[in-house]
Amino acid sequence: MNILYFSWIREKVGVPHQDVTLPDGVRTVGQLMTWLMENDDHCAAALAEQKAVRVAVNQEHVGFDHVLNDSDEVAFFPPVTGG
Amino acid sequence: MIRVQKEDFDISSEIDALVGEDRGIGGICSFMGTVRDMADGASIDSMTLEHYTGMTEKALSGIEEEANNRWNLSATLIIHRYGELYPGDRIVLVVTASPHREEAFMACQFLMDWLKTKAPFWKREEGEAGSKWVDARAADDLATDRWRQ
Repeated sequence: MNILYFSWIREKVGVPHQDVTLPDGVRTVGQLMTWLMENDDHCAAALAEQKAVRVAVNQEHVGFDHVLNDSDEVAFFPPVTGG
Repeated sequence: MIRVQKEDFDISSEIDALVGEDRGIGGICSFMGTVRDMADGASIDSMTLEHYTGMTEKALSGIEEEANNRWNLSATLIIHRYGELYPGDRIVLVVTASPHREEAFMACQFLMDWLKTKAPFWKREEGEAGSKWVDARAADDLATDRWRQ
């Protein structure tokens, strides 16, 4: 799956996107976040403050309990500030 | 119609193009957002707008469709810029046209409120206080909440 990062989350992760194979036992967005944080210190720093993290799957806003497919495009970003 | 672009826009020609030959339109409401030269008491030199290509277009189209479901609108336009901008520059334009003013006013405010909390844009300011990502404002969430049915 393709994982995208934006704004200060992208800066903390250090790359704009990562290609990841959905690991066994990871079904939801929340579980993916935990897995990313356990396996990468930069992700741990970027996603630590869960309240400040928003998620989109296939370019639609979703919650942490959203169930993932391996072909999904997942994006992590802070609350939006356009307009 | 929605457009996400780096280039500047001209409000007058955008409205003329949007209205076209539709003489059923009796009211046109527009909102334009511009870059301020101050944030939290510190001067701003420039601002960079990052966005999520693909999702931005999808989100803006969804918001526009929602406005058209709620009100009787003859035409709508959302233009949002990205990239590097300077104080005084135009950032965003929302135009709504309808037979009567009330619906145009309501839809214009709705579109701006929803765009603020749903469209994936992020502002980074450069200025007196250094380089800083802009924090989301709680007031923007409240402004969106009042439109929930």
